[in-house]
Amino acid sequence: MVCSVLFAITPLALAWSWARRFSPRKPGKDKNAIYECGLESKGDAWVQFKSEYYLYAIIFLIFDVETIFLLPFAVSFTGLGAGAIVGMVIFILLLVEGLAWAWQKGVLSWK
Amino acid sequence: MDEGLRSELSKQGIFTTSLQDLYNWGRKNSVWPLQFGLACCAIEMIATTMARYDLARFGAEVFRPSPRQADLMIVAGTVTKKMAPQVVRLFNQMPEPKYVIAMGACAISGGPFKQGYNVLKGIDRYIPVDVHIPGCPPRPEALIHAFMTLQQKIQDQNLTSAKRPRHLDADEPGEFDVPKFGEHDLEPPLNAGVWQPKTVTRTA
Repeated sequence: MVCSVLFAITPLALAWSWARRFSPRKPGKDKNAIYECGLESKGDAWVQFKSEYYLYAIIFLIFDVETIFLLPFAVSFTGLGAGAIVGMVIFILLLVEGLAWAWQKGVLSWK
Repeated sequence: MDEGLRSELSKQGIFTTSLQDLYNWGRKNSVWPLQFGLACCAIEMIATTMARYDLARFGAEVFRPSPRQADLMIVAGTVTKKMAPQVVRLFNQMPEPKYVIAMGACAISGGPFKQGYNVLKGIDRYIPVDVHIPGCPPRPEALIHAFMTLQQKIQDQNLTSAKRPRHLDADEPGEFDVPKFGEHDLEPPLNAGVWQPKTVTRTA
């Protein structure tokens, strides 16, 4: 264990100390730039953008992910305690809320 | 260590070296070029890396697509004035130690397009070039020769002393000024610390 750790650390420490001893650091504006394609980046990356597909994500959770949980829930329904029932009801109610939201948005009607 | 003693020892099968030689030997055999080409010279550069000429024999087959991982910039082709700032910026983004080979007549001086209003008259106006290769375009053998010349240059570099190379000297710049597009030409037209036009002295 000690040997393997040393085997990993020794070359790193050697390279680090070698660079520290001989090679001066030279940071600069271009060298510290984020992009490396030669062109300067324009604008800011911290911008708001519209998340168009969140409704698909909600529908996917309701009709796909929920089904995966509903099957084991149905199989072990008779042997569950009160806590598990309450937890599952909360889970389903959260998703039903999403369904109501999507329904109200008109996602379910075919146009 | 005395050169005579070293050669005498090597005859007896004892290999001696110094830390500096070992360091330079490792460096010169793992020079990774930056993967970028500007014009027809790049085709010759690509041919050099392929099986027939096989640059991999010199430890330089790994063309890196990112300047962060590259040691060597092969300026292969005509540098237009529109491209020059990008070339200099890419060179700035490479970590030290970094080297430049100016490949072909265009990269050296503008070559056959020297008269063009949009052609840079040699990349050595902006960044320090280590090896120039003449030719239009140079054959792969010429690039290999330039590469071996660069390897020899790396081998001869001192780790400590007044003659140590740029990357070991804290006072030498690691970045070079990126030219801007001016009204008529690139501004500045050259980096004075890198290149100065020849002054012609006339004797009467």
